[in-house]
Amino acid sequence: MGNLIKNFFIALRQIFIGNSAYYLWIAFLAFFILLGFSAYLEQLNRGLITTAMRDQVSWGLFISNFTFLVGVAAAAVLLVVPAYLYNFKPIKEIVLFGELLAITAITMCILFILVDMGQPLRVWHILPFIGAMHFPASLLAWDVVVLNGYLAINSIIAFYVLYRLSIGKEYSMSVIGPLIILSIPWAVSIHTVTAFLYNGLSARPFWNASILAPRFLASAFCSGPAIMLILFQIIRKRSEVDIDNKAIFKIAELIAYAMAINLFLLGAEAFKEFYSGGVDSYSIQYLYFGLHGKTSLVPWMWAATIMNTTAFFLFLFPKTRENFTTLNLGCILIIMGVYIEKGMGLVVPGFVPDALGEIYEYSPTKSEILVTMGIWAAGALLYTLLLKFAVPIYTGKLRFETTAGKA
Amino acid sequence: MQKITKKRDGIHLDRRSFLKGAALGLAGTALPLKKAEASFWESFFQKHFKEMNDAEIKQVLGRLEEEYEKKYKIAIKVGNEKEIPGVLFGYGLDLSRCIGCRRCEYACVDENNQSKDPQIHWISVLRFKKGEKWVDLENSEKYYNPELVPEPEYFYMPVQCQQCEDPPCVRACPTQATWKEPDGIVVVDYNWCIGCRYCMAACPYGARHFNWTEPGRKSEEINPQTHYLGNRPRYKGVVEKCTFCIQRTRNGRYPACVEACPVGARKFGNLLDPNSEIRYAIEHKRVFRLKEDLNTNPKFYYFFAYGV
Repeated sequence: MGNLIKNFFIALRQIFIGNSAYYLWIAFLAFFILLGFSAYLEQLNRGLITTAMRDQVSWGLFISNFTFLVGVAAAAVLLVVPAYLYNFKPIKEIVLFGELLAITAITMCILFILVDMGQPLRVWHILPFIGAMHFPASLLAWDVVVLNGYLAINSIIAFYVLYRLSIGKEYSMSVIGPLIILSIPWAVSIHTVTAFLYNGLSARPFWNASILAPRFLASAFCSGPAIMLILFQIIRKRSEVDIDNKAIFKIAELIAYAMAINLFLLGAEAFKEFYSGGVDSYSIQYLYFGLHGKTSLVPWMWAATIMNTTAFFLFLFPKTRENFTTLNLGCILIIMGVYIEKGMGLVVPGFVPDALGEIYEYSPTKSEILVTMGIWAAGALLYTLLLKFAVPIYTGKLRFETTAGKA
Repeated sequence: MQKITKKRDGIHLDRRSFLKGAALGLAGTALPLKKAEASFWESFFQKHFKEMNDAEIKQVLGRLEEEYEKKYKIAIKVGNEKEIPGVLFGYGLDLSRCIGCRRCEYACVDENNQSKDPQIHWISVLRFKKGEKWVDLENSEKYYNPELVPEPEYFYMPVQCQQCEDPPCVRACPTQATWKEPDGIVVVDYNWCIGCRYCMAACPYGARHFNWTEPGRKSEEINPQTHYLGNRPRYKGVVEKCTFCIQRTRNGRYPACVEACPVGARKFGNLLDPNSEIRYAIEHKRVFRLKEDLNTNPKFYYFFAYGV
């Protein structure tokens, strides 16, 4: 055990070793983390009045980012499915990086929830046993369970694999196989529960549509892998990790199918809302056309729709998806498109018009944006450090004596 | 140098001292240790209201009274009157009488110690144009401001917590910080609420309000007769709502809004008492409840007693 801890610290030391570009990148992230942190201190002092949220629109940019990132976390691991089901080796080799992304995304989710809380010191009230977790009635309690469980599962898998690699051994599927199998439905569950969190509220017709959870999953299957594709290219450029083009193109193909389903579900929802045209369709009207002259989300939503559609065609044709310029363009379009659609485009219209018919146009404040950027920077930093820790072990650069591993 | 200032609820560090503490990596030690600050920890470790016995609750009430006195420099009584057996509170509102004067709205603020800066109102009076679609509330105007009310071409509908029998907000709360009391009142424990605002998303009546900042209310404006689950002064970052004036109604008084209404549009009473005014209204008038399609079963009945 003592050796194990010692070796962990030896591996950990890797995160301090890097060239000037690495330090510059860390400094760049630290700058935004500090900016966000100081904005958050101000928010702690004055309360959430530093945000643009009010009683009418009581959730905003923070919860939007949370929702988007749950999707990223879920999809990063769902790449496991083809890898293990079809034993597709090129993807199987890079699953570890997906798991590290899932760990990062869930950590960011938790940060976004914490900064959204009015009384963050009381967070322990939500825990079972020591607090008063309202399980199973409250969907938010379910979310706490599935998100933390997911974080635990992925941390165990990732660190077990790294441990085995570090002592120069193949990881044993009999140990980790069940966990990997479990992580698949669990990944589906984190996004389904998060969708149900909105879906279960009859007070908000925009969310109270059964298509919500399927749409969540479909869009997550687009944005998560799109982020992975960009990261894979950076990882293989910046380190000795070799990632096969075949894996990248296969994932791009999966994105095309997911986006097709996502666009179809969007169409199904739009048809129902606009054709039947009851009072419950005011929110989607507000989203795409504006309501009573209030149109702040309209340009964003059309931009998102155009981006998603363009990306769909880019990924559909082998010629454009196997060309790195158009592939990366498609990835960026999808990340931005889904970020709008599953972020502000989902959260805000749930509150517009509000329960008493009022239209309050929400637009995040500078403070909210700084805190959000700070958390994104913290996420980027965490992923960078995780890679710094994992890559030398993964590539075989860092190996420990087997005897040490036995300890 | 003691840079930690204790003001209002909890501890506020100025930025520099916080950063200093964080830089030392000893943020924990920056938290209060002196006896005077002990109430911070007592408050932090306070148990869930329903898990405390009478002695523990009494201790909490005493601590709160001390805290409030320190903050507002006046004696504030924090009561914990229990429900009266055999009582289920219900409310009636005669829309044909309401003149949209908002006296109920401000009487509520005076009684229940809401923040006046920024303003928090538990009652919203909605104005509708006569002859236009109104039940979906989409054409309502909350911020109407004429010289005189009532305006001939409009009618008015006050909305507050409907005290649902099946409250979606209670189901949503992840920490059981809000619940329905045996007399039907939905209450919030301001010392247990984590401020996630899920209940606000769940409420179909816009009845829940959040303290987006430290509630602003001068000492001389405080109503010192309070209830733990009702109108005691609130904190920044917690949700609050109408409690049918629990501090009054559990002592046999009417809610402040009922007393304030100049036209007698507001009725209040015990739904289990066949001779109560509210039962008379339900049995003899054509009553409806807001958003009945959601099956929340409000105990707040709207009706039209007479006339146009």
